[in-house]
Amino acid sequence: MMRSVAVRKAKNHLMTALMLAATAAVLIPLGLIFFHIVKMGLSSLNPDFFTNIPKPTGETGGGMANGMMGSFVMIAMASLIGLPVGILGAIYLAEFGGGRTSTAIRFAADVLSGTPSIITGMVAYTLLVVPLKGFSALAGSVALAMIMIPIVLRTTEEQLKMVPGSLREASLALGVPLWRTSLKVTLRSALSGVMTGVLLAVARVAGETAPLLFTALGNQFWGKSLTQPMAALPLQIFNFAISPYEDWHRLAWAGALVLVTVMFALSITARYFGSSREKA
Amino acid sequence: MANDIRGNMNDIKVHLDGLNIHFGKTHAVKDVSIDFLENSVTAIIGPSGCGKSTLLRSLNRMHDLVPSAQVTGKIMLDSDDIYGKGIDPVSIRRRVGMVFQKPNPFPAMSIYDNVVAGYKLNSRMVKSEADEIVESCLKRVALWDEVKDRLKTNAMNLSGGQQQRLCIARTIAVKPEVILMDEPASALDPISTLKIEELIEELKERYTIIIVTHNMQQAARVSDYTAFLYMGELIECGGTKKIFTTPEQKQTEDYITGRFG
Amino acid sequence: MSTSITELAVQSATTTEHEAPAKRWNGDRVFRYVTTFFALSILAILGLMLVEMTSESLPAIRKFGVKFLTSSDWDAVQEVFGALPYLYGSVVSSVLALLLATPLSIGAAIFITEICPKRVGKLIAPLVELLAAIPSVIYGLWGVLVMAPWLQSTVQPFLIERFGFLPFFQGAPYGVSMLAAVFILMIMVVPIITSITREVLLAVPSSQKEAAIALGATRWETIKIAILPYGKSGILGAAILGLGRAVGETMAVTMVIGNSPQISLSLLSPAYTMPSVIANEFAEATAKLHGAALMEVGLILLVVTLVINALARLLIWSVSRSANGGAA
Repeated sequence: MMRSVAVRKAKNHLMTALMLAATAAVLIPLGLIFFHIVKMGLSSLNPDFFTNIPKPTGETGGGMANGMMGSFVMIAMASLIGLPVGILGAIYLAEFGGGRTSTAIRFAADVLSGTPSIITGMVAYTLLVVPLKGFSALAGSVALAMIMIPIVLRTTEEQLKMVPGSLREASLALGVPLWRTSLKVTLRSALSGVMTGVLLAVARVAGETAPLLFTALGNQFWGKSLTQPMAALPLQIFNFAISPYEDWHRLAWAGALVLVTVMFALSITARYFGSSREKA
Repeated sequence: MANDIRGNMNDIKVHLDGLNIHFGKTHAVKDVSIDFLENSVTAIIGPSGCGKSTLLRSLNRMHDLVPSAQVTGKIMLDSDDIYGKGIDPVSIRRRVGMVFQKPNPFPAMSIYDNVVAGYKLNSRMVKSEADEIVESCLKRVALWDEVKDRLKTNAMNLSGGQQQRLCIARTIAVKPEVILMDEPASALDPISTLKIEELIEELKERYTIIIVTHNMQQAARVSDYTAFLYMGELIECGGTKKIFTTPEQKQTEDYITGRFG
Repeated sequence: MSTSITELAVQSATTTEHEAPAKRWNGDRVFRYVTTFFALSILAILGLMLVEMTSESLPAIRKFGVKFLTSSDWDAVQEVFGALPYLYGSVVSSVLALLLATPLSIGAAIFITEICPKRVGKLIAPLVELLAAIPSVIYGLWGVLVMAPWLQSTVQPFLIERFGFLPFFQGAPYGVSMLAAVFILMIMVVPIITSITREVLLAVPSSQKEAAIALGATRWETIKIAILPYGKSGILGAAILGLGRAVGETMAVTMVIGNSPQISLSLLSPAYTMPSVIANEFAEATAKLHGAALMEVGLILLVVTLVINALARLLIWSVSRSANGGAA
């Protein structure tokens, strides 16, 4: 029994149409989400948003300035903790690695990066909130650092491994000590790639909410101290979104617009670093 | 350009007239005209990069997949212009099969399924029909005795030479008229190569075979006619014996005696 | 620009002239200790995580044993804790989301790699990756303020009217519901499965495609017999990775699932997942047993996620192995 060519061709066309529909179904939510963020967010953006802290519902002029500052502070602290650990750890793997310890470390990093971030928050809680008897920005920063470290470790190690061995050997052969070679030669030449990884890790933790829920907790006012609860932009978006108040909903959209813009800017900068490396 | 393939019109299976193939700015095949006779083996020889594979692949419209490729000129399969308007490449490829340099059986399929893979596309298969096809095709490529007890095992368990014969079985299962072979034995050991060459000798009784090879001794062994391509141009073609003993063009002689290439 | 190697060498040479050789040797030693310390700290973090999660859960494990997994009584006041509703919510929402997301993702990946022109594909692929980078809280924001109301006003009444005889679509149309969670999870998981599937498809050797094409296969037939079977385990791995992500999703789900510990066949009813109950209750769980119970929920979540991720990695890793060593 012959299958006619026409039937096979028709099936081909049908499947093509289905695949196209699937692609549209994948991209449509993206379009909708961006559309709403921009539409609802833009209308609520004003100078007040960037300078004021939230006001009780009903009052005008509220903003999310404390959240933005809190996020900035905690991300900076998380980077302070996380970047040295990630980068120096990656240097260890690249320079001295190869044994079972290295495999274990890489495995641990993979496991950590696959852990739901809320669990990271719980661990930071037991490590910092309980002993210090209170929620704090410090605890939040540590939780964020724990998320950053595996990402920075893996991307930095990859970049270091891409530096040609001949460069390293040339330096060592001239008598430059290993630590200097590693930092000033290997790391330097991998720098733009490492920066890409760092920026992507920062972009990732900028949007994290769950780990902050019971570490930094959030704060209606300006955070004055690192050992006190502190507001963060994603936390505020969460709290305002689930509140029953319209004006807080609008603030949430505006906050989302700011957050997405910042993350987008970070990603573009990261890509710029990545591509300028290829050009060099 | 010496073109010395004799035969009356009935014997011509594939006719090329003024074939030009461009890849963007590169002119890979220049104004080639040649006839391939039915139930014969024609070898296309020439140094690397002379355009022989490019020429071969135009015969089953594989260049359709390459956006930068432009094929102009006439390629006639019997009385059909294979690049004619309204001709579906799928139907051409059923009539013109291809065996590749590196054996490429489908790794997710058994030996049995590999043989009928192409056939299944064209016909709704009854099991008895399929069994018959598998047996006859594998017998014709001299693989049946070696694998008849393990037809359902994975095709990747076979050796390179066996895999290539399997690919040939898969090709003939769709009952083509022409079989194109792109250096079919170059990835194989000498014994497998010999088996493939014997196979080609038998296959020509039913099919028209066009084989590209960089191995001149192989060309001399298996083919009835030989065409010599150099830098995209057809320098000479004719009976194999004549080309290898008394070539007319100096370039042909130089290549055959190993002065270059 | 950067210090050239020669300059460094000169620097090193001049410094060593003045310092005793032992000092230079110490520089490298310190370097090695420092980097080793930081590298090992990653092992320490993982170890700490596992130890803390287990030890903090022990009071609850000891008290409730297996009943923790089978009972639905979750009462902070009475200090009785059964986590079944959360297990149910997590499993159902994730599995359903995966069942819906996988065909869409595979279809989109096939379209991007095999069907549409290369230039268009190169444009769409980064868009899909962009979707994967959107924070969970923003999906949740959109979910609770846009999608859930739409479900409540349009989709759910329709489902009740047409399919209300089925137990899956019974009840009143709340916007926030299991259905909303399934949809939002589906949207969140699709980009990951699509990206990985795309990589798997791109890794199929062209010789496979050529074999199918030479036999006279149409484009869809080539995909069906040569490309998809080759990438089977990789695609499965991608789907399982997506499952792992869905199970661990916290914010978006918490914002749209309704946070009610009900076990119901109806997709229209609110539900609760493991990460959601932790998110909602943990900060205020002052009683030790309550905290321990939530920790145990977290421990279960952690173990489930680890197992799923390990399985996914195994599958994807086996694909890259066969691509390198399989085909002759």
